[in-house]
Amino acid sequence: MMQQHIDISSVLRQTLACDLYSNLVTRKTGAAVRGQIERLLDVGPTTGHALTVIDFSQVSMIDFSCADEVVAKLLLRYADEEANEVYFLFRGVTDDHWDAIEAVLDRHGLALALESGDDVRVVGALTDGERSAWDVTYRLGDVGADDVAAETGTDRANALDALEALWRRRLVMRVNGRYVAVGGMRHHG
Amino acid sequence: MTNVITVPPSLDDHSFEQVLEQVAPLPDDAKLVVDARHVRWASPYGLTALLTFAQTRKVMPTLAVPELDDTASYWARAAFFQHAEELYELRGTYPKRRDAGESSVLLEITPIARSDDVHDVVGRVQERAQRIIKSELKLESKAIIGFAMTLSEVCQNIIEHAGQGGWVAVQSYNWARRLGRRVVVIAVCDAGLGFRKSLESTPGHVPTDRWDDAAALEAAVIRGVSRFRDRGRGQGLAGTRSYVGRWKGKLSVRSGTARISIVPSWDDDVPLAEGLAAFPGAQVQVIIPEAVSETEGR
Repeated sequence: MMQQHIDISSVLRQTLACDLYSNLVTRKTGAAVRGQIERLLDVGPTTGHALTVIDFSQVSMIDFSCADEVVAKLLLRYADEEANEVYFLFRGVTDDHWDAIEAVLDRHGLALALESGDDVRVVGALTDGERSAWDVTYRLGDVGADDVAAETGTDRANALDALEALWRRRLVMRVNGRYVAVGGMRHHG
Repeated sequence: MTNVITVPPSLDDHSFEQVLEQVAPLPDDAKLVVDARHVRWASPYGLTALLTFAQTRKVMPTLAVPELDDTASYWARAAFFQHAEELYELRGTYPKRRDAGESSVLLEITPIARSDDVHDVVGRVQERAQRIIKSELKLESKAIIGFAMTLSEVCQNIIEHAGQGGWVAVQSYNWARRLGRRVVVIAVCDAGLGFRKSLESTPGHVPTDRWDDAAALEAAVIRGVSRFRDRGRGQGLAGTRSYVGRWKGKLSVRSGTARISIVPSWDDDVPLAEGLAAFPGAQVQVIIPEAVSETEGR
């Protein structure tokens, strides 16, 4: 699987052609940064899976408008896209970023995989079933619907629905008929 | 004939209405002398609104500058005269601009016309805001980022909606009326499209029976309606309301003939004022007060 690391602050500086700004503010800037990210993704493999780490570590702050462009619209762009399965893992997201990111996830009903120390967790708008299915998938590393059903106490059909929903939302990868949580492969080595 | 408009001695968002009420009966090409000679104090709203006011006039007005040295000196530090020179015929003597330095001016009056201006403003305010918010307002660190986000979003509304440039200023001072505490205030003013016309430009907009400036403000500020159909729009004002609510602040938005406010317990303003003297564009004020300890007042 192709993996790519995108340092958002570097993209920001390239986009603005200025080294002075480390704040992700304004919708125009957000749209430009997102456009640049999409261009970077477009030069990657056109088939198969691609995991992209979106790194906020060097970003001082992000406002709502930028979060809407850089996070929400990015997730919306690649969700459900069959031709090119792009998965995102967000890194370096701190409290200084979270208010804006949480607000746009909530507004659009989105969720994302967030690196949290050595672990990964999924945040945002998910049903209880989706969240449970994701947690099981992350914990076990490589699951089928039966595994999730057994762990969560639900039936196979509901477990499969949850896994498929997570896959469409690009929170789990579908590999040879089984499911792996975004960030899960790294967790399980 | 020249008409003299008297500026109240203490110029803030409420007393600025007196300026507009004097102008209301006059044609927009009337020759005006705005008499600020006896002004002792002006809030960031008062100063940015004065600049915005000049932009609404067809004939360049005259401004008689404050006679009190302290007042004139403060206005100079706030960069008022620097910008007023382009908009008014200035009458009287006033100091040249000095650096704000260690003053209550977090951000001198700054024009907002492009996205780069917002980057610049946020960058300039962050360090000063950190100092003021932590040491003077005694708020938690997380209030600092929210402050910068709020500043960014209210400034962006000029770029996204006004159709022309506007002004921003940020200042800290003692809010004597009822509160008796230190506050930091963001004022953002423009003489552009205004909320009503902005929302009317939405494709397929159908005005309700009661469609006016007040209704437009309610739609935008309370319900998060935007002229853009994009679902992600309208989050800036929603986020500002959330920030103001969390830190027990106040948000006021004036546009046209109405003003809507999110009023905290420490203020006695009305949530909605209608029938105000007409003033184009939008004028936004955010007030964040000093934290009060639980034992205070026992």
